[in-house]
Amino acid sequence: MKEIVVISGKGGTGKTSLTAAFAVLAGSDIVVADCDVDAADMHLLVEPDFAHQEAFFSGQLAVIDQSMCSACGECAAVCRFDAIPIINGQYIVDEISCEGCGYCARVCPVEAITNIEQNVGNWFRSEIRTGTTMVHAGLKIGADNSGKLVAKVKNEAKAVAEKEGKEIILVDGSPGVGCPVVSSLSGASYTVLVTEPTVSGLHDLKRVHQLVKMFGIDCGCIINKSDLNADVLAELRAFLAKEGIAHLAEIPYNEQFTAAVTNGKTIVEWDEEAAGLVRDCWREIQTHVGLPT
Amino acid sequence: MKIAIASGKGGTGKTTLSTNLATFMAESANVVLTDLDVEEPNSGLFVQGELLHSEPKNKMIPHWEKENCSLCGNCQKVCNFNAILKMGDSIMVFPELCHGCYACCELCPTESLPMQPKQMGELKHFRAGDLDFVESRLMISEEQAVPLIKQTIDYVDANFPADTFKIFDAPPGTSCPVIEATKDADLVLLITEPTPFGLHDLKLAVETVRQLGKPFGVVLNRHGIGDDKVPAYCAAEGIPLVACIPNSRKIAETYAAGQLLYRDIPEVKAAVETVAAFIRDHNGGESS
Amino acid sequence: MKLIFTTKGTDWDSPMDPRFGRTEFFFVYDEETSAVETYDNRAIEGEAHGAGPKTAQKLAEFGAQILITGNGPGGNAATVLQTTGTEVHVGAGDMTVKEAYEAYQNGTLKKMQGA
Repeated sequence: MKEIVVISGKGGTGKTSLTAAFAVLAGSDIVVADCDVDAADMHLLVEPDFAHQEAFFSGQLAVIDQSMCSACGECAAVCRFDAIPIINGQYIVDEISCEGCGYCARVCPVEAITNIEQNVGNWFRSEIRTGTTMVHAGLKIGADNSGKLVAKVKNEAKAVAEKEGKEIILVDGSPGVGCPVVSSLSGASYTVLVTEPTVSGLHDLKRVHQLVKMFGIDCGCIINKSDLNADVLAELRAFLAKEGIAHLAEIPYNEQFTAAVTNGKTIVEWDEEAAGLVRDCWREIQTHVGLPT
Repeated sequence: MKIAIASGKGGTGKTTLSTNLATFMAESANVVLTDLDVEEPNSGLFVQGELLHSEPKNKMIPHWEKENCSLCGNCQKVCNFNAILKMGDSIMVFPELCHGCYACCELCPTESLPMQPKQMGELKHFRAGDLDFVESRLMISEEQAVPLIKQTIDYVDANFPADTFKIFDAPPGTSCPVIEATKDADLVLLITEPTPFGLHDLKLAVETVRQLGKPFGVVLNRHGIGDDKVPAYCAAEGIPLVACIPNSRKIAETYAAGQLLYRDIPEVKAAVETVAAFIRDHNGGESS
Repeated sequence: MKLIFTTKGTDWDSPMDPRFGRTEFFFVYDEETSAVETYDNRAIEGEAHGAGPKTAQKLAEFGAQILITGNGPGGNAATVLQTTGTEVHVGAGDMTVKEAYEAYQNGTLKKMQGA
């Protein structure tokens, strides 16, 4: 089984639009995993039915049983996150500030504090309009994406792929360079980096590529909106050449991408010129991954 | 006055708005722009200035002193983050995973784990014309943005008087770092674009800001592309749609080159002026 | 030599798990005695962060000299494996355990530098 992970570092480069377009091209050959949980947008283009839903728990939260609490203040004294203010004579855990370190529970002399697993959101298994399954998730406000949630989404996608005999998992990866991205990349067969020739696009590409390189994962790059700036484009090309990153495609700035999204479509269903480029690109990715095109 | 500029989704123009707005307002007031998107700070690409000051930003992590250690393993047991492990006859600390809760240090029976500073990022303070600009950058593979965001806000609070316009470029999303970056703000500006993605993520951002109980307004970027569902949503929800930045290829190109927009593009200047007036209104009309 | 594989099952025909930190099982093979031992690591799913070093710590208990896996451990786990002197061979993510062992014997897996 092959895992193709699409990441970008910077937001707004067209990562999700392109991933959704690949999903349309691949149809029922693949299983889709949306690990961009902080801004999970792919569902807007592929119409999931949210058929299966489960609560997801991650991290801990301290809870004080007020009936047992002797108000000695030991918990607040050891808390480094100022998460246990005293309100009207009662020590109350501030859920947003609590890091779940568990120190307070360990020092409470009357054992009034327990740590509970936090319900941070839900994950879903859906049928989508491209004729396949997508695993995705939604987080509550203030909840953090984590390596654990990304691993969960990917594992469920793998389980579906195994059951249905699918060869490819297409992953919309997490943004940034933290734990969720590491988890997105873990197990990847191939990474597709999506960038744009802007100073921020180049900057963030370099940062996220450091991670891909550390894992030794084969990767290729799509330069979206490629004609925005010739100087940065030249710099991007040079960077790809220097790092031995496959140069998968250059897609010129095209407002039809937005028009497609506005109509709930992917670019391959909307604009024939751009569709050709994206189709070629998907074929090349399949070749890199070692799949028959 | 503190103004946070946030967006649910990345890439909607948060940095464009904050850099242009801050530079514009600095022409007639005291303004400090702070980039709190510490994982991917990009404002500095648009606002170049003279470096006035830089300092390493540290977090406290345990440091193992083996002399008295009895290898009891209590440190590993009390760590909820897998940040400290007993391996054979040594104790290993993983700084990126450590949240700095001090449990291992203070609960160690032999006091073998004193806390020591470890660099997690760097803060830089620039002066660009009339504008002060502060940015912090998290070191790669560091996991926790929140402590660095907190320390950066503390720096700004300590170094600029209360009557300064403090504009914070917040990280994208709706998770802890965004909350840390917006929870002290007097006013939040949410920037989005007129697409289904933009609308969906705007709704999440609105929910976040409402939960924090902050006054807020929306700025629509790339106006003219996409559809009109964002203005319709704002109207239905009674959310002020403060200004619209038009969609244009020239804007995209100018941004790509790392340049500010408002001096060359009158529509952007008009939008930025409207936003500045909205901010001043919320400041009780004071000139600060 | 004692070898340890990251796997999705408990026999020679099981697929390898390309992940290190969140691997489902360990499959341990002692070349001298031909003894096979397995370990169910699936409890790691419950860890929000830091799965890598925790799994590496567990791995150390088996005393294997060679680790065969898919993409290789991240920075933290690699640090733990350095202390135990475990040699890391990567690139076996798409194989079965048997194929991975053969690939190791044929020298077609990549040895990770500095680990």
